[in-house]
Amino acid sequence: MSLQALTYLFVGISFAVYIGIAIWSRAQSTNDFYIAGKGVSPVANGMATAADWMSAASFISMAGLIAFLGKDGSVYLMGWTGGYVLLALLLAPYLRKFGKYTVPDFIGTRYYSKAARLVAIICLIFISFTYVAGQMRGVGIVFSRFLEVDINTGVIIGMCIVFFYAVLGGMKGITYTQVAQYCVLIFAYLVPAIFISLMITNNPIPQLGFGDKAIGSSTYLLDKLDQVSLDLGFNAYTEYSKSNIDIFFITAALMFGTAGLPHVIVRFFTVPKVSDARKSAGYALVFIALLYTTAPAVATFAKINFINSVQEVEYKQAPNWFKNWEDIGLIAWKDKNNDGIINYSNGNALDGVKPKYIDKEGDYGERATINNPDLSNSNEIYIDNDIMVLANPEIAQLPNWVIALVAAGALAAALSTAAGLLLVISASISHDLMKKILMPKITEKQELFFARCAAAAAIIIAGLFGIYPPGFVAQVVAFAFGLAASTIFPALFLGIFYKRLNKEGAIAGMISGLIATSSYITYFKFINPQLNVAENWLFGISPEGIGFLGMIMNFVIALIVSNFYSKPPKEIYQMIDEIRKP
Amino acid sequence: MKLNYWQINLLILLFLLSIWFVVSFGFGIIWSEELDRFKIGGFKLGFWFSQQGSIYFFVLIIFIYVFLMNKLDKKFYKKTIDPQEKHKE
Repeated sequence: MSLQALTYLFVGISFAVYIGIAIWSRAQSTNDFYIAGKGVSPVANGMATAADWMSAASFISMAGLIAFLGKDGSVYLMGWTGGYVLLALLLAPYLRKFGKYTVPDFIGTRYYSKAARLVAIICLIFISFTYVAGQMRGVGIVFSRFLEVDINTGVIIGMCIVFFYAVLGGMKGITYTQVAQYCVLIFAYLVPAIFISLMITNNPIPQLGFGDKAIGSSTYLLDKLDQVSLDLGFNAYTEYSKSNIDIFFITAALMFGTAGLPHVIVRFFTVPKVSDARKSAGYALVFIALLYTTAPAVATFAKINFINSVQEVEYKQAPNWFKNWEDIGLIAWKDKNNDGIINYSNGNALDGVKPKYIDKEGDYGERATINNPDLSNSNEIYIDNDIMVLANPEIAQLPNWVIALVAAGALAAALSTAAGLLLVISASISHDLMKKILMPKITEKQELFFARCAAAAAIIIAGLFGIYPPGFVAQVVAFAFGLAASTIFPALFLGIFYKRLNKEGAIAGMISGLIATSSYITYFKFINPQLNVAENWLFGISPEGIGFLGMIMNFVIALIVSNFYSKPPKEIYQMIDEIRKP
Repeated sequence: MKLNYWQINLLILLFLLSIWFVVSFGFGIIWSEELDRFKIGGFKLGFWFSQQGSIYFFVLIIFIYVFLMNKLDKKFYKKTIDPQEKHKE
């Protein structure tokens, strides 16, 4: 069967399964819709959390990013897993004991204040939409490359599927589809990784394989990669190139941000008992670690394969995948020295970095670009990091069914995360905004109706982001984590561990964290991007890591302001005592 | 002095979070370069901690926490409280 037929088959079957599950697990009540009736087993919830967490970015982009960044890429590996330790130890069990529906619910109740609830809703919606935009882009890429449909059609198909099971099934439908999606995505990630590990090192375990020697070679793979990287003008692959303080802050911002992400936290509201919430976080991390420990191996293999298959190859002899991705617009080649041979090294190939194609062929049949070559270096290839994982099976010449599987896996990753995010957006609007602030008199049935409407509206907005992708998606990811770390995490943590914190302190803390973090990021990412270099940063901390400083500021201000105002009421003390019991 | 449930809980947290800090921020970042002098197989040790080891320890930390807390719950609250019955709203 052809690659395209196989891809249609795999994607078709997986979509049919998701829809089947959605019909089987329809939500009957708000309790079902928001938290799946608290009836999800810890293992199933662990899998669903893992699928929820591992987005198109984890599946598609992360390994490519690590391949490009080398050891600097470790911030993502440690940051996006270490946050689960904080979540399991500091938040999940207590929030589960609290036993309500949403994150703003906890903040509003604990700080006995509608204003606090409102600040939490604003942060939550901002964080979640930032995230959704990235998912829809992933869906678009996969559809356009593997199913050869228009990106817009791809996004619309994706929207319809999510619409179906999120609006119908709510949290219950989403949870069980996510379990299926986890199985698809992890299988799709591991199979090519194992294949490639076997091909390169003869070791079936990728986690060990990338520390091995290549077949027929006497040097270790990583040593070789260090050497090749240096030869091509890059930093050594296994050494940090950023300063320690920056690495430290970025990792911390990602960890605390992860622990403060509403769509992850809310997953722990769905299990039956407090002890299940702890266990469930453990399972979630096991399932996540399976992919996250494979990713650096995939990165190493991909980088070596990539260099081997294009470096100093004549363009006319370039492999098919190279030309396919060129057609999609994620690879470009500019023959700087007019020798018809591809030269890969450090530096930008093109002026203005991103290629602007013109409808013409170059001297060797390549897709011509209007950009001038960047003559400060000899690199001739523009490559988008995102294609590393998707192209890896093709680069390694794996059978077609593996490539089709990867396409289905990438879609599972994107759709599962999108659905989880849409749900927290809809819950915060229908439950927190409508029921708790604007229209407290609505019945449960009406609330459920609002929840479904909000989910539908959120899907349409997310779809629009996919069809008209805002140019700033990559920049705003730092925003999402920075804000989660500097607003939501401290409010939850102090709410549980420091009884004396009153509403004045909490609100002051959240607002100062919000303002400090967002103004720093806005300044360097949007207002003055040309100043975004280490010399201008506060204490050498890049915008990606500023969320951690924002968090410290939140803590300090919350504690100081809190002391100037009266203690929280007695009921709050009792409530905290209650959630501290298992 | 006899410690109550919450105080023991805090001690457990302190102990486990120090491990969390040392394996990631410590071995993976601050002392990573020094550790790189040692090798296991083809991995420099500091590099291994930053891309593999820290994650394995994270998993381990959560399961140790689950184990210790289950024991603690049993000691202080013999009958596990069923949160279903506390369900409000």
